[in-house]
Amino acid sequence: MTAETATAAAPAFDPGAEAARATAAILHDTLHGTERGVVVDSPPGAGKSTLVVRAALELAEAGRPLMVVAQTNAQVDDLVLRLAEKNPALPVGRLHSSDTDAYDKALDALPNVRTSAKAGDLAGLAVVLSTAAKWAHVTVDEPWRHAIVDEAYQMRSDSLLAVAGLFERALFVGDPGQLDPFATVGSEQWAGLAYDPSASAVTTLLAHNPGLPQHRLPVSWRLPASAARLVSDAFYPYTPFRSGTDHGDRRLAFGVPSDGSGPDRVIDEAAVSGWGLLELPARHTPRTDPEAVRAVASVVRRLLDREGAATSERSPDPVPLTAGRIAVGTAHRDQAAAVRAALADLGVSDVTVDTANRLQGREYDVTVVLHPLSGRPDATAFHLETGRLCVLASRHRHACIVVCREGVDGLLDDYPSTEPVQLGTLVKFPDGWEANHAVLAHLAEHRVAWRP
Amino acid sequence: MSLITTLARLEAVRAEAAQPAATVRHRHLSDRPLVFVPLITAGEAGAPLGALVGTDRHAPRLLVVPQPRDRDLRFTFLAELADVVLPYVEACAESVEAAERTETDPETGKRVKVEVDLCSDAAQLIVPSRAGVDFVRLLGRSMRFRRTAEQDPQTPHPAPPRVPLLGRWLTHYGERARVPGSSLLLAMTDLLGRHWATGQSTLEDQHLGALLAWIAPAEEGLTGAQAARRAELARDAEGQLLCPPAGPATDPAFDNRLLAPAIERYDRARTALAAAEDGLEADDRLGALTAAEREIRALVESRTRPTWESVWRGLDLLRELPAGAHADDRWTRDRWSFTSHRDRVLAGEPPQPRRDDAVTAANKLATREREQARLEAQEALDDPLVMAGRRLAGEAFAGEVVDVVMEYSESRRPSPRPLVTVRTDDRPHLGERARVYRSLGGRPQAAEYAGPGAEADTLVLRIMDKMGRGREPEAGSVPEKGDLVCFTLFEHEQRGGAKLPDPEETPWTHGGPPGEAAAVPEAADAQTEEDVL
Repeated sequence: MTAETATAAAPAFDPGAEAARATAAILHDTLHGTERGVVVDSPPGAGKSTLVVRAALELAEAGRPLMVVAQTNAQVDDLVLRLAEKNPALPVGRLHSSDTDAYDKALDALPNVRTSAKAGDLAGLAVVLSTAAKWAHVTVDEPWRHAIVDEAYQMRSDSLLAVAGLFERALFVGDPGQLDPFATVGSEQWAGLAYDPSASAVTTLLAHNPGLPQHRLPVSWRLPASAARLVSDAFYPYTPFRSGTDHGDRRLAFGVPSDGSGPDRVIDEAAVSGWGLLELPARHTPRTDPEAVRAVASVVRRLLDREGAATSERSPDPVPLTAGRIAVGTAHRDQAAAVRAALADLGVSDVTVDTANRLQGREYDVTVVLHPLSGRPDATAFHLETGRLCVLASRHRHACIVVCREGVDGLLDDYPSTEPVQLGTLVKFPDGWEANHAVLAHLAEHRVAWRP
Repeated sequence: MSLITTLARLEAVRAEAAQPAATVRHRHLSDRPLVFVPLITAGEAGAPLGALVGTDRHAPRLLVVPQPRDRDLRFTFLAELADVVLPYVEACAESVEAAERTETDPETGKRVKVEVDLCSDAAQLIVPSRAGVDFVRLLGRSMRFRRTAEQDPQTPHPAPPRVPLLGRWLTHYGERARVPGSSLLLAMTDLLGRHWATGQSTLEDQHLGALLAWIAPAEEGLTGAQAARRAELARDAEGQLLCPPAGPATDPAFDNRLLAPAIERYDRARTALAAAEDGLEADDRLGALTAAEREIRALVESRTRPTWESVWRGLDLLRELPAGAHADDRWTRDRWSFTSHRDRVLAGEPPQPRRDDAVTAANKLATREREQARLEAQEALDDPLVMAGRRLAGEAFAGEVVDVVMEYSESRRPSPRPLVTVRTDDRPHLGERARVYRSLGGRPQAAEYAGPGAEADTLVLRIMDKMGRGREPEAGSVPEKGDLVCFTLFEHEQRGGAKLPDPEETPWTHGGPPGEAAAVPEAADAQTEEDVL
């Protein structure tokens, strides 16, 4: 996938064909390649889960015992459900922890899915899935022939170290643009080492095995045409991707007309352009800025009140925009809690409100984002982290509305990245400072100033 | 910075005096710690200028390197330091008690209990500031690969006999200091900063004199804020700071106006002595050299003594606080760490490698993350003020039990699952069926959030465990109406992590087994021209 072929294909870009070509190459390397590992970079909504399920099915069909490593229990359960949906006859094992509610009870209804807290009970099944944390406690005499490691960029190097002995070869799939894994204690002492335990699993893997084939999924099926370009330019400048749909393929319309208020105007702007920035007056605030939190809640309330309907390639008829199709994203957990409380005050329930970390891998029609830098007097590395903004700006199929205090551009200029340079570490591009500026500049074109 | 810390700092600004950030002492303090106040030479990382060191507050040992760039004098300093530190460390290493440890039996692979020695106390090292901790690490790094003449007769600059051993111990202390909650090597500024909040930034808190001034101003009639400002900035008629920085870096005004001329006089006296032509002249010139050396010693003492006193004053202040209930538990872990290093030294193992291998690094990171979580939980359980911070952050809540309804689990043998309604003014971030914990006789009891109560400010919890085996809960295991309870959203105890492969079995993803190169002991750093004066 070189730049030339991309340009040559540009006039008649067929997203379906491009994606199919990439998938075929990945599956070929996975099933017939000679290297011990294959790495796949997947931008937001590029069909990563579909790829994992497909690769799992093909490996199982080829008779290769397969283990799947995902990072959270929800991800594992989701993969099990998808596998069972695609091939209900496939014997699947779900290895889980011994906690109560260790896995989704929906799995119990699937006839060919066996669940157990002991790996021994699941021996011989075609596919066994679990979290990295649980796999780390498993010991085997004979390693699995193959493994699929999902969300490998969110997996820490030390967690790969704990499970790498369980398999001979592996397919590593993940999104390099999302949040990097983190450690709760300082790990500068190992910065620059190829096996820095706090680095991502893929960083370590590639540092030790630079010759592994690397692939990229070229099409985002989730992001609308209005967002793919910005997200690609701002967060994936050297590995661009396209949206699977074109401008005009998706439409967001509202039955109730605008009442002229700030939230309504920003909703209309976002419905037309895919982006909206509701800008509150500049002010330094605590993290749970009550005004901004209320603004987020009123935008959500109005989104529901105005009887929104989303038209997309998925169905010929407009689908009502319900609470389940809206999410609110924040940087901190206390902000999420404050938004939840504000929504409850407005009588809204069933809208997902979570931090960027927990929204990773999820998809909604409309997202409302409380900007990580809104109201802050300073910009720390946490708030500038590229992945945080990338996650928040790439969860939506139709529109993304950002609520922010004025003055973030000035704040960014006052706080350039000051992270110390560590010898031997790869400098990440783009840095959060630059990505934040790029997104902000784009949002400025869709600004609605509002004084609540 | 948490909200409660911000509040405490704001209050400190308003009161112009430090505010308590803890009601108990969260770190173990030895009855007989070794205090080490080092100074380094400006522009020469790792070149010690001098130090005050010792366990007796009234009789510290002054060590000085009159010409810090002279390798032999530096070795003399390190040898003297070893003479003070190692006997103290070894005294602790020799006194042991019997303890049990669970180990994996290499033959059966089963976990078995074995009886081992545990040092009954560990040596505790206290330095003034965090930069001092880094300096201890640097000293350890610079010494542990050195070879003595006995180890290697060919080595061009053999180290004094005990210096490499001191390097290994200081390296161990420097590494252990990175483990949250450990107390083997402590910086006084960190200790004080943990227990008091000042009205200045955490960066300014690194100035021990200013930090102490906020907490307990020494001069009459000055507020903490005024005294801190004075400690930081006030200079005498000669332009020297009244309160010298706690080091190891020195004030440039001191370097330029006092130290540099003194070292120059020392150098001249030394050159003159070397050029002396007869015994009488040599005697005279030796006198001049001794006088020049004495002058430098006096200078170093004048800059370390105030810091030495400050460290001990800090210890006095901290000793006034009662010890936190779990601080001893963490000290026991420090004793295990101390004992295991002692055993490695006794077993004749080589010094710690320059860089950790993949498995060691991962194990260290896992240990530190576990200790961090343990420390945060234990500090909150030990100290209502810390718990208040967690409550304010929505990570815990306290309140009164207003109702208890007995219910049972739906299984063949129903177990008690009582519903407890708690009235609280706190705002915990409770998700659906979130787990919460309270301390029941030192053991955590789990409950599940069952939803908001019927009345305002109430919430309902379902108690899940620690009620015994019978159908009826054991007495005292379920809160009763009117009880005051405090539940946390964080767990009280940490689970052990997964077992990582042995370093010899490092997988291909992490570079594979280390191979033969790792078996060769590491050499000391190669000599460069800068190393030799």
